[in-house]
Amino acid sequence: MQEAMINKAKQLLSEGVVNRVIGWKRGEFAYDITPAVFENAEEIEKSFVYDDFTAANVSKYLVKESKKDGKILAFLKPCDTYSFNQLIKEHRIIRENVYIVGIPGGPKLDAEKIKAKGITGILGVKNENYTLKIDTIYGEETMPFYEAVLDKCASCKSKKHVIYDELIGEDGDTLDSNRFDMVEKLENMTAQERYDFWRSQLSKCIRCNACRNVCPACTCEKCVFDNPDSGIENKAPSDSFEENMFHIIRAFHVAGRCTDCGECSRVCPQNIPLHLLNRKFIKDINTFYGEFQAGEDITSLAPLNEFKQNDCEANIIHERGVE
Amino acid sequence: MQVNENKEFQPLIVAFCCNWCSYAGADLAGTNRLNYPDNIKIIRVPCSCRVNPMFILRAFQRGADGVILCGCHPGDCHYTSGNYFTRRRMTLLFSMLDFLGIERNRTRVEWVSAAEGAKFAATMNEFTEAVKKLGPNRRLEDLRCRKQ
Repeated sequence: MQEAMINKAKQLLSEGVVNRVIGWKRGEFAYDITPAVFENAEEIEKSFVYDDFTAANVSKYLVKESKKDGKILAFLKPCDTYSFNQLIKEHRIIRENVYIVGIPGGPKLDAEKIKAKGITGILGVKNENYTLKIDTIYGEETMPFYEAVLDKCASCKSKKHVIYDELIGEDGDTLDSNRFDMVEKLENMTAQERYDFWRSQLSKCIRCNACRNVCPACTCEKCVFDNPDSGIENKAPSDSFEENMFHIIRAFHVAGRCTDCGECSRVCPQNIPLHLLNRKFIKDINTFYGEFQAGEDITSLAPLNEFKQNDCEANIIHERGVE
Repeated sequence: MQVNENKEFQPLIVAFCCNWCSYAGADLAGTNRLNYPDNIKIIRVPCSCRVNPMFILRAFQRGADGVILCGCHPGDCHYTSGNYFTRRRMTLLFSMLDFLGIERNRTRVEWVSAAEGAKFAATMNEFTEAVKKLGPNRRLEDLRCRKQ
């Protein structure tokens, strides 16, 4: 795959279709793959990477990149195309300045899950018949492939590219992923259990803002959390209230626009399952206002931007589910 | 010195009232000499859709035990459609608060028109009783703001 992508990038650069390429390069560790912009074939040859750890969504980078001179080539996985579509809908990306090559998506690996097995010093991985061969500085280790897959890939919603100029490989289809299972499990707990669950999770928050910064739906130039008057400006939460407030508002601000790409949970250094908050909103929107998938098209109105006269009343929340 | 040890818990309740209907409704309740508890602190907003989820959380932070949002009846909004948006937003917000394990019935949305002074008083009486039963807000409070 990586070879085909490098060839495609070099070809489009030499033909002059694009003048930059956004892809990924290796960070400090083998499992630490970060988005990067390449300007010529040599750079691409040298450091372009696409492997099982390449999970980062590059859509958000295109908000800034698409406003520069010339066209940029972006490799988008199926889940990234939803975020990209959503950004076009919100007039954040200049579509003409981006050339999209759709690439087959995951499942991608979670280095944290490998490390949780006690395997450290990872140098590289190989997937052989769904057994993961992990090359480490202490020798070779193995583990089942599906035990190391990222949560967001384990409940993948779609293998279909909703927008592209060209495809490498085959286009897939939307999947029935049971992605609301965990949300349902929580809904069926008692209020006290839910409270305890979220306290134990949210109290880990260090307010690094990684979830906000990586989110393709969070693209405000000035964020409400950067306002010094908000009282919760870029600092570690000093009270349980601030943790709750930050996470409720973060999820609320992307409600109806979140494509469920799962980047928030992936980047969380404390492994808080943040996507559950977003999925709760998606699930509620689906139940109350009809099935809606953000980013699927660029014409429909977001659920919170429209209304029906016979919408349910807010107080029905108090009567349903487990108390 | 007499200390009243059995002093009943008195909740603090914030009511966001829209300028055009509910605030006038509260006024009507007043001019009609209808009783409603003094636990209710009314904040006037231009329209119920002015209320940002942050306002509600902030009210809880500053010591509110319950928050009620009152606006015009659907279809009667002074700005045509404001309260329809409020309804969607608050449905999602209340659902999220419930998901995080915050007690239900600390939040409510009621539609009160300018002619419904009696409904305003009755709603406030009923809501105050409901919050009184729940006790002080502990799950969504800011310890730094707690009154000593």
